[in-house]
Amino acid sequence: MKHVWFLAWQSLRFNRLQSAILIIGLAVPLYLPLTVNGLVARYQVGLLRRAASTPLVAGGLGSRFDLVLHALYFRGSVPRLLRMADVEAMRATGYAAPIPLYVRYTAHHAPIVGTTLDYFTFRRLRLARGEQLLELGDCVLGAEAAASLGLAPGDRLMTDPENVFDIAGSYPVKLRVMGVLEATGTPDDRAVFVDLKTTWLIGGLAHGHTDVTSTNTDASVVLERGASNVTANAALVEFTEVTPTNITSFHFHGEPADFPVSAVIPVPKDEKSATLLRGRYQGPEATVQILAARSVVEELLGLVFRIKRFFDANAALVGVATGLFLVLVVLLSLRLRRPEMETLFRVGCARGLMARLMAAELAAIGAVSLALAVAGAAVTIALVSLW
Amino acid sequence: MITIEQLTFHYRHSTFALRVPRLLVADGQKVALVGPSGSGKTTLLHLIAGILLPDEGTITVGDTQPARLSDAGRRAFRIATLGLVFQDFQLLEFLDVLENILLPYRINPALNLTGDVRQRALQLARETGLEPRLRHRPGRLSQGEKQRTALCRALITQPRYLLADEPTGNLDPAAKKRVLDVLFEQCARAQTSLLMVTHDVSLLGRFDRAFDLAEVSR
Repeated sequence: MKHVWFLAWQSLRFNRLQSAILIIGLAVPLYLPLTVNGLVARYQVGLLRRAASTPLVAGGLGSRFDLVLHALYFRGSVPRLLRMADVEAMRATGYAAPIPLYVRYTAHHAPIVGTTLDYFTFRRLRLARGEQLLELGDCVLGAEAAASLGLAPGDRLMTDPENVFDIAGSYPVKLRVMGVLEATGTPDDRAVFVDLKTTWLIGGLAHGHTDVTSTNTDASVVLERGASNVTANAALVEFTEVTPTNITSFHFHGEPADFPVSAVIPVPKDEKSATLLRGRYQGPEATVQILAARSVVEELLGLVFRIKRFFDANAALVGVATGLFLVLVVLLSLRLRRPEMETLFRVGCARGLMARLMAAELAAIGAVSLALAVAGAAVTIALVSLW
Repeated sequence: MITIEQLTFHYRHSTFALRVPRLLVADGQKVALVGPSGSGKTTLLHLIAGILLPDEGTITVGDTQPARLSDAGRRAFRIATLGLVFQDFQLLEFLDVLENILLPYRINPALNLTGDVRQRALQLARETGLEPRLRHRPGRLSQGEKQRTALCRALITQPRYLLADEPTGNLDPAAKKRVLDVLFEQCARAQTSLLMVTHDVSLLGRFDRAFDLAEVSR
C-alpha cells in the first residue's frame, strides 16, 4: 500500500494547483459546520457552567435575557436599575445574602464591575498578584484584562468617559490597580473590578474637590457663600484620582439607599430559602424580578439551537452540492487522466491497484481538507473565544 | 520461446487485417520486426503482450497463452514476464525519470523494490546517458530521453521477453548506438528474447534475424 500512497502523493504534488483547489473546495464546506458546532458547543458549556454556578439573579423588571446576560456576562444594560434599598430589603428577608453589581462603565472597553468583596468569595476569584480592593478608587483586574491592557499592580487605569461630547458630565476617574486575578476562563477574566462606591464615584454621585469652605479659597470659584452652604462654579477643580492626600475630600451627594445597582446575585442559604425568596418577589406589585439563571440560559440556548438547525440544514445542502461537484470532478479527471490510466494498463497495473490509486488520492485530499477544516475551526473558535 | 501460429486479427470498423501464419522467437534470440507503416508491427507486439486479443490462432509466450488468461491474469503476466517499450513511450507525467524506471516495482506487489533494484536503475540510467536527468519529469525531456527512459523501465525487471517498438526511432546516431549497445548487452546478460520493431535497415545486422510482416501477410 505504501507504493499506492507514494504514487498518489506524486500525482497530487504534480497537479498541485488542482489539488489545492479541490482541498480548499472541500475544506470550506467542512469548516463552516465544524466551526458553528464547535462555537455553539463551547458557548453552551461556558454559558451553562456560569449559569449553574449562579443560582439566582435579581434585577429590575424587563427582559429576563438582558438581566441574566448582564449579571453573568457583564454584557449590555438592564432596562431598570435597582436601588441599594432593594438590596437591603432582600438582605432583610434573611433568605439570601445579596451581592450587588453595578455594571455600567468601562475602562479601555473592559467592563467595570462595581461590587463587594463577597463577589470574589462567591466566584472563588483569587489574586494572582497584588492585593484586594482597599480604598475608594482601587481596582482589581481580571487576568485577560490585565494582559490586554498591559497593567500590573501599582499602575493606573483611566475609565472611559460615557459621552465625550458631554463636557459637563462626569470626569473619567484614574483607578489604581491593586491586584490581578488568576485566570478562570469566565467573563470575570475580562472585567475590571471596583468597589460599588467607586462606580458611584465614576458616575458622579461622589466627588472630591478643593476645599471651598475655607476662607482661603480662591474667590473666583465661589458663586455664592451662605451660612451653611457654599456654591462653586465650574472652575472648581475636581479630583480625578483618589490619593492619600485628597481622599478625605471625597464625599457622596444624595441618599445612599437610592444609589443604583444594575443587578443583584442573591446567594440563598439553601434551596428552600431560594424558593421562599423567589416567592416573595412574585406578586403583581413586585418591582424586582428574581430569576433562576440556569433556566433562563437554557431557554436562550433553545433559541440558539433553533437557529443552529437552519445552519445545519444549510450545511447539509452545501455538503450534498459539494459531494455532487466532487463526483463531477472525479469523472472529469478520469477523462483527463485517461492517457495515464492507459499507461498503467499497458505496463500491467492491476485494475484494483488503479482504483486504489484513485481512492488514495481522494482519501489524501479528503484527509487534508478535513485536517484543514478542523484546524481552521479550532483557530476560529480560539480567536472568537479571545474576542 | 515466443510461438505464433495461424494468427489473424482485425480492428473493428477497419479494413486492416493482420495475418501471421507462423513466427518463432527462441529464448535469447534477437529478432527485428520490419515492414512498412501500417503493416501491423505495433499490433503484433500488442497481441503478444496481451494488450489486444487475436481473432484466431495462438500466441504462446513461454508456457503461457495470454489470450487464455483473464484481464487481471494478462496484466500480471505482462508485468511479470515482459519488458515493453512503446512507440509513444507511455511515461507517467507526474513521475520523474528515476520513478518512471522503477514504476513496475511500484505497481506490482510481487516485485520487491530493494536497494539493488535502485542501483540497477541508476546503472541503466548511467549507461543510457540519463543520469543527469534522473530528477526531471517527462515534460522536460527530449524525445530521445523519453525513449531511453521507456527502455530503462522495460529492462529494469530483467524480463525474459522484451518487446520494443522502435526504441531508437527518435535518437541521433550516437545515442542510437549507445542505447542499442545497452539493449543488446542487457538481453545477452539475462538471456532475454528480443522482438524489436525497426525501420532502420542498417541495424538489421545486429539481430539474429529479421521478420518482415509485409512478406508474411501477403
